[in-house]
Amino acid sequence: MPEGQFKQGIAGGRLSPEQYADNFADLHPPLDHHEALVESDRCYFCYDAPCMNACPTSIDIPLFIRQISTGNPIGSAKTIFDQNILGGMCARVCPTETLCEEVCVREVAEGKPVQIGRLQRYATDVAMAENKQFYKRPEPTGKTVAVVGAGPAGLAAAHRLARYGHEVTILEARPKAGGLNEYGIAAYKSVDNFAQAEVDYVTSIGGIDIQNGKALGRDYQLSDLTRNYDAVFLGMGLAGVNALRADGEEAQGVTNAVEFIAELRQASDLASLPVGRRVVVIGGGMTAIDAAVQSKLLGAEEVTICYRRGPEHMNASEFEQDLAAANGVIIRHWLQPKRVIADGGKVSAIELEYTAMDGDRLVGTGERLTLTADQVFKAIGQSFVPAALNGSGALLDLEAGRIKVDAEGRTSLPNVWAGGDCIFGGDDLTVSAVAQGRDAAESIHRALTSNGRA
Amino acid sequence: MADIRNNFVGIKSPNPFWLASAPPTDKAYNVIRAFKAGWGGVVWKTLGEEGPPVVNVNGPRYGAIWGADRRLLGLNNIELITDRDLQVNLREIKQVKMDWPDRAIVVSLMVPCEEHAWKAILPVVEETGADGIELNFGCPHGMSERGMGAAVGQVPEYIEMVVRWCKANTRMPVITKLTPNITDIRKPARAALSGGTDAVSLINTINSITGVNLDNFAPEPTIDGKGSHGGYCGPAVKPIAMNMVAEIARDPETHGLPISGIGGITTWRDAAEFMALGAGNVQVCTAAMTYGFKIVQEMIAGLENWMDEKGHASLDDIVGRATPNVTDWQYLNLNYIAKAHIDQDACIKCGRCHIACEDTSHQAITSMVDGVRHFEVIEAECVGCNLCVNVCPVENCITMEPLAVGVMDQRTGKPVSPIYANWTTHPNNPMAKVAAE
Repeated sequence: MPEGQFKQGIAGGRLSPEQYADNFADLHPPLDHHEALVESDRCYFCYDAPCMNACPTSIDIPLFIRQISTGNPIGSAKTIFDQNILGGMCARVCPTETLCEEVCVREVAEGKPVQIGRLQRYATDVAMAENKQFYKRPEPTGKTVAVVGAGPAGLAAAHRLARYGHEVTILEARPKAGGLNEYGIAAYKSVDNFAQAEVDYVTSIGGIDIQNGKALGRDYQLSDLTRNYDAVFLGMGLAGVNALRADGEEAQGVTNAVEFIAELRQASDLASLPVGRRVVVIGGGMTAIDAAVQSKLLGAEEVTICYRRGPEHMNASEFEQDLAAANGVIIRHWLQPKRVIADGGKVSAIELEYTAMDGDRLVGTGERLTLTADQVFKAIGQSFVPAALNGSGALLDLEAGRIKVDAEGRTSLPNVWAGGDCIFGGDDLTVSAVAQGRDAAESIHRALTSNGRA
Repeated sequence: MADIRNNFVGIKSPNPFWLASAPPTDKAYNVIRAFKAGWGGVVWKTLGEEGPPVVNVNGPRYGAIWGADRRLLGLNNIELITDRDLQVNLREIKQVKMDWPDRAIVVSLMVPCEEHAWKAILPVVEETGADGIELNFGCPHGMSERGMGAAVGQVPEYIEMVVRWCKANTRMPVITKLTPNITDIRKPARAALSGGTDAVSLINTINSITGVNLDNFAPEPTIDGKGSHGGYCGPAVKPIAMNMVAEIARDPETHGLPISGIGGITTWRDAAEFMALGAGNVQVCTAAMTYGFKIVQEMIAGLENWMDEKGHASLDDIVGRATPNVTDWQYLNLNYIAKAHIDQDACIKCGRCHIACEDTSHQAITSMVDGVRHFEVIEAECVGCNLCVNVCPVENCITMEPLAVGVMDQRTGKPVSPIYANWTTHPNNPMAKVAAE
């Protein structure tokens, strides 16, 4: 019987316990004190800094880095949390290479940006290790706000509302809070149960009640919330997964990448987690990369990402693409899935068609390619499921399938705000969700208190 | 190949790099290691008079300040003169000089301010075969409290007196080491010259406290909760030392007096700068204490390469070459006009030039042009102060460009004058000398 990596089909226990531990260690180990001082000294303290303007939450990056360099990591953490209460997670998962670090003048000058993400992690780690709380909840205002979803948008909104003294109830469908921070991030980006530690840190301000296992549309309706609370914030993310639109995709072994990633994050023993020997991931975003890299790290012998356009069109950043390549993942471009081939109900191969641009249009060339596969992950995007909003009386306006909001996060319904991946016009980033949650909370506060005055 | 052999007041050494009187030259073991590494000479750590040796503290003797990566920028010390027996030192000096005849050995001395004390020590030093003596009138801590070191160096009359005693009682060349802890460095230099000194060396260390422990509020270095000012040295003091060297070199009364330059010399370039300002050779300590003796190899090769590149055949070609260009402010040409210029290809758009100029200077650099982040000099506002050049993190990105004669200065609306004109004749100067009719 072939063992380990060479076990046929979808199987667990492909690696030794040491290999699992090594493979899923921190992707970017934390900077130690001296490293942080040296790295912070590289910051030029730019005027009207490009990094700060590139940050969706507008963290005063030059200031927080200067505070690290002067031996004041606690002050630095406050500078970060003032703008982004989930600064700890964002330090770990932000694609800094396409945000702050991409525009760092040192990136422009020498191709080596200041490691802003790692410095942010250093400062926030120091503060969280001391459980240093910067914000005190004032006297309760008596106003109540319901927040749907305990992901980055919901948590950011809840914290900002609690800072103003409003009573917040978060209704979360899953057993744990954190949203994609808990269920949707590659394990090596958030080790040591950081997502839950962060939820605890954020909610310790008080006045935030998280109720798990409460799904909108199943356990309650939007109209219940608008009736029982002074304001509602919707931050429930995307529940749907786009189909391959390939024949035979119902075969056993064809899995949603997001479910695989969530399962992996929740697994207490990685050896128990089965993965294919030959894995094909369909998609070109972060989810595709996370699923592919983690498959490889779980011991899959051969992992191939197939994306229907070119490398420059991939939503996954260059860094992420390099990370996949460095882990032995093969990324193939200009291929779209046509047919899942099954053997006894189980996937055995996938047939793809080469693609090309015909003017502005992507077309199949007719040429086919068959890749042997015992597991296929679908990572071609998620979609908002509006069905949960039914039963709300009046329907929310949608735009391109997601909730339509104005600049302040207000939906088409009075007293209902929304933010995060479920709204139209976002970029599906944790940090953007935080910004939208925070800004919607400010808008809610203004609405509840006649323009900020209690 | 440039010839870097050095002849300083008749003391010959294969290169102009000496180790200064300090911990690295306290005993034969260190000095032999230094000579093996290539140092041209040493000034043996200061000897005191016969008798029970001095004692040092048994806690920290050094304090420091650092750059971000723990690069040592400044060091201070509260160590005293040698705490070894005089006879042991003398025996070792004699032996090392015998074994290393081509290297310079100068002996630093500090005894009480009484003629008999100097008369007693000079012959025993002479007997070692040492090349010369250096009078330690600079040590700012400990010994100065006992009426020696800087306590002598701060009183020109004492300097002159002791130098005279030494010149009268030894055939050895006398180098007088000066303290910078004084208002006008020319006064002690003139006094040393009056006493007949062969040369001066400077600077000794600067009174300093390197830090304060904010937990127990004790100055650093801390001895059992207390601290004392120590002598500051290292790269941080170099600009102060260079000015003092230049002041003595260009002072009409001391012009031509040989100078051994000391103060933060770390690289060949530092040494070349001191020598250009008038130092006949240089002495190094902190750099060796930070990196070990091997650094002299970089200094030798660097100095030779630079001299070869520039066509300087010997040290005589470079010593004092910058001295005539050091002048008083009142003689600077007020008709010379320069404007900052930003090389847009080199600019990385950090904006530091803008904010420095906008917040603290002359509002002469843009931050936005036509809605785009863009930094350029507004010539009508630029006074040519050079602050933007100094704060720019990119070398040669911002340069000061002189305006040619006849070109309109947009700030004043006047063309650049071809005439040299300084403050002494400026109409705004109430003391202006009236130009001859």
